[in-house]
Amino acid sequence: MATSRRGDARAGAPYRELLSAADVARTVARIAHQIIEKTAFSPENATELVLIGIPTGGAVLARRLAAAITEFTGAAPAVGSVDPTLYRDDLRRRPARALGETDVPDGGLDDRLVVLVDDVLFSGRTVRAALDAVAEHGRPRAVQLAVLVDRGHRELPIRPDYVGKNVPTAHDESIEVLLAETDGRDGVALVAHDAQRDQQGGPA
Amino acid sequence: MTGDLLIRGVRPYGEGEPVDVLVRDGVVAEIGTRLSATAEVLDASGLVLLPGFVDLHTHLREPGGEESETIESGSAAAALGGYTAVFAMPNTDPVGDSAVVVEHVWRRGAEIGLVDVHPVGAVTVGLGGERMAELASMASSRARVRMFSDDGRCVHDPMLMRRALEYATSLDAVIAQHAEDPRLTEGAQAHEGVVAARLGLAGWPATAEETVVARDCALARDAGARLHVCHVSSAHTVAVLRAAKAAGVRVTAEVTPHHLLLTDATLTAYDPVHKVNPPLRTADDAREMRNALAEGVIDVVATDHAPHAAQYKDTEWAAARPGMLGLQTALSVLVRACVEPGRLDWRGVARVMSQRPAEIGRLRDQGRPIAVGEPATFTVVDPDDMWTVRGAGLASRGTNTPYEGMRLPATVVATVLRGRVTAREGKVAA
Amino acid sequence: MRHLLSVTDLDAAAATDLLDTADRLRQALLGREVRKLPTLRGRTVVTMFYEDSTRTRVSFEIAGKWMSADTVNVAARGSSVGKGESLRDTAATLAAAGADCVVVRHPASGAAHRMAHWADRAAKEGVVGPGGPGTATCVVNAGDGTHEHPTQALLDAATLRDRLGGIAGRRVGIVGDVLHSRVARSNVFLLATLGADVVLVAPPTLLPVGVEAWPCRVGAELEAELPTLDAVMMLRVQAERMRGTYFPSAREYAVRYGLSERRAALLPAHAVVLHPGPMVRGMEIAPAVADAPASAVLAQVRNGVHVRMAVLYHLLAGATA
Repeated sequence: MATSRRGDARAGAPYRELLSAADVARTVARIAHQIIEKTAFSPENATELVLIGIPTGGAVLARRLAAAITEFTGAAPAVGSVDPTLYRDDLRRRPARALGETDVPDGGLDDRLVVLVDDVLFSGRTVRAALDAVAEHGRPRAVQLAVLVDRGHRELPIRPDYVGKNVPTAHDESIEVLLAETDGRDGVALVAHDAQRDQQGGPA
Repeated sequence: MTGDLLIRGVRPYGEGEPVDVLVRDGVVAEIGTRLSATAEVLDASGLVLLPGFVDLHTHLREPGGEESETIESGSAAAALGGYTAVFAMPNTDPVGDSAVVVEHVWRRGAEIGLVDVHPVGAVTVGLGGERMAELASMASSRARVRMFSDDGRCVHDPMLMRRALEYATSLDAVIAQHAEDPRLTEGAQAHEGVVAARLGLAGWPATAEETVVARDCALARDAGARLHVCHVSSAHTVAVLRAAKAAGVRVTAEVTPHHLLLTDATLTAYDPVHKVNPPLRTADDAREMRNALAEGVIDVVATDHAPHAAQYKDTEWAAARPGMLGLQTALSVLVRACVEPGRLDWRGVARVMSQRPAEIGRLRDQGRPIAVGEPATFTVVDPDDMWTVRGAGLASRGTNTPYEGMRLPATVVATVLRGRVTAREGKVAA
Repeated sequence: MRHLLSVTDLDAAAATDLLDTADRLRQALLGREVRKLPTLRGRTVVTMFYEDSTRTRVSFEIAGKWMSADTVNVAARGSSVGKGESLRDTAATLAAAGADCVVVRHPASGAAHRMAHWADRAAKEGVVGPGGPGTATCVVNAGDGTHEHPTQALLDAATLRDRLGGIAGRRVGIVGDVLHSRVARSNVFLLATLGADVVLVAPPTLLPVGVEAWPCRVGAELEAELPTLDAVMMLRVQAERMRGTYFPSAREYAVRYGLSERRAALLPAHAVVLHPGPMVRGMEIAPAVADAPASAVLAQVRNGVHVRMAVLYHLLAGATA
């Protein structure tokens, strides 16, 4: 959740579209297939899989992935969200942040396979915080990570299991992920300008 | 010609062409233009000459409250504020309810010599409100007390108040009443109204003042006695006074500078520097105070100068002692509240700050006209100067001024007491 | 937000933000065996109560502990407070000792304002504060005299939002001793900020002079108002302050202003009954009404923890200003 979700590119800011709306849809579908394959998801073991989104973009994507998996298999995986904010290591670096929704599905997380979902993977610190949050809610059998965009610059030993698109970026660039549910349309863009940095605390 | 002091180019009461005023042996020797004399010269061109101010209501805190003020520091504050006489309230420790204590205060004042210190005697023993103090002993002491008050507390018992008024007539003394019905103000913290309601401060109803003033006016009428009402704060009280005066009751009244200018709107941060008894009231009340002063229903401005050391003020609201500094800001506040808006001219200032208070306090050599042969007791005012109030820069030991940081008009350039300069350019005489 | 002293520190957006945060915190702890968040690790919260209180002090303490703050309780008795130390000196001592936040209850209206003033002034002057010279303790008002009790109003708002689905446009009656009630003051102003329609019902002796300037209406008869209310808040009758001056007797009060079963039946079916506690059963509220499903009395207590967590989170979790 490293990104601004403003609808349009600001004047003068170099702005490069990475994924169109159609690309986003294709990418979500592909990740859904990969999850089905890698977790051997089937109607028989459907209750074992839980998709946990990281608010807000990851939570939207988790719901889309769950819908896609349901479409492809006829069985619905559990879906929910866990807000990592309370577990962040950089809270003191900026004013108190608004908290995201935490919604652990019925049945909890114990002994289930949790796939954490986020929109952008950057430093890995958000995922680290989310892992802590998940651990407080139960003891999953395993935790995997799915991201729409991996932009590199990891600061922790964290590696995604499912990646929509790898995007080499510079530190002062940022990735803008738009999702119809929250932004009115789908799309991913690379934005490189100083204004972006001003409104962000640091790498997520 | 020789003299002690020559005040050059000054305008008495801010009226007419500038004149020179020559002082010799403590009295005005000559008033004219281009006087020349061998004398200390005070260049007062552009300045206003007024009779020295008289404060009917000062707390000098000594004896007993020396951490907040002493007769020496209070005298300095008075001189710097343009005062040549102050009436020192008796709520000290020990209380000024005997000849011994009032003579002590009077003697200390005379030793310091910056201002005439006239002790006010307590009406009741120990301000207890039960037994009358020895008024005649105080009146005939060297302090020659002519004003008695339990200020800080109301003489609430109606029979005792009646007897005190009656008894005082034989001394040509005035009873100065702190009008506050204590039953109506139990636990009270702020003027009862919109602000106190929001702040959750127990209300201090204006009726607590008005009802006591009405009662006392009736008692004074029957006794043929002189009644002085301290620190009027409520518009309703003004109506009572107006009626009583019209009916011939010998009642006079004072208003403080802060009740002329400030309102309870300042209370919202709970800074106890604004806590005072009686409390700051509404803008309507303050406006009525200014009207009544201009009209003469309220006779005088009296400071209720009430210094408090920080430990009594820098507390939570309820724990703080009531009171504000007043001596060094009174003139400026009066100018801001009444002179600038055109409600008083400089002659009016002389009336409410000097002439009427001297009459009420029975001072024969204060509040006199500026004329040859009269005492050379003056305040020289720069009407065009501005200054910024800083509590730490005032002469009082306490720093509890509600005007901290405010920029106010008019400064006292010099104060002259019977020909002697007691303060000049912000410094007291050595 | 540097301190929380009065509900008027909060506009509608800030108040809603706190309520949303409280909701999120409730979610984050829902169904967990270990109710502990690491968020305020290393932060010190001191509760300093100059008046007795069980629920508020415990609620703040639990709120702090659930977010891993170190919580310390200072009782006014038995500490140097009892030896006559001034509030100002106590505040300075706590700041120097490392209190990032002081939660204060005090019998003087405005006491929390003064503490905040001293904290900010000391920080400005470079005096040693919790994080070293120039840092300020933040102050939370847990009830000051008859002025305010902002976290109580926030938890009442949280309860009403839960039970009514929102606050804007809802009508809330506040019944009883408004004059002495900090809960009433905080609720009137917070609920008005959030768009509620507030009605006070009280004996004229227990309404402050000046109430006409408040953003609410004064109703005449409890029974006439009840059928129109979405919620009714029964204030505690502060019997210790009464002594026959404000109304003739407890019995007469109960007859005119008590929420009896018969009166409670006049409320719409969806209406919520609130009481800030501790309740005087039989006087302000009939036992059966207090225990009925419409009563949110215990929900109020639980919401209190989440709301206080939200306040501590907003004051302490982020960068210090």
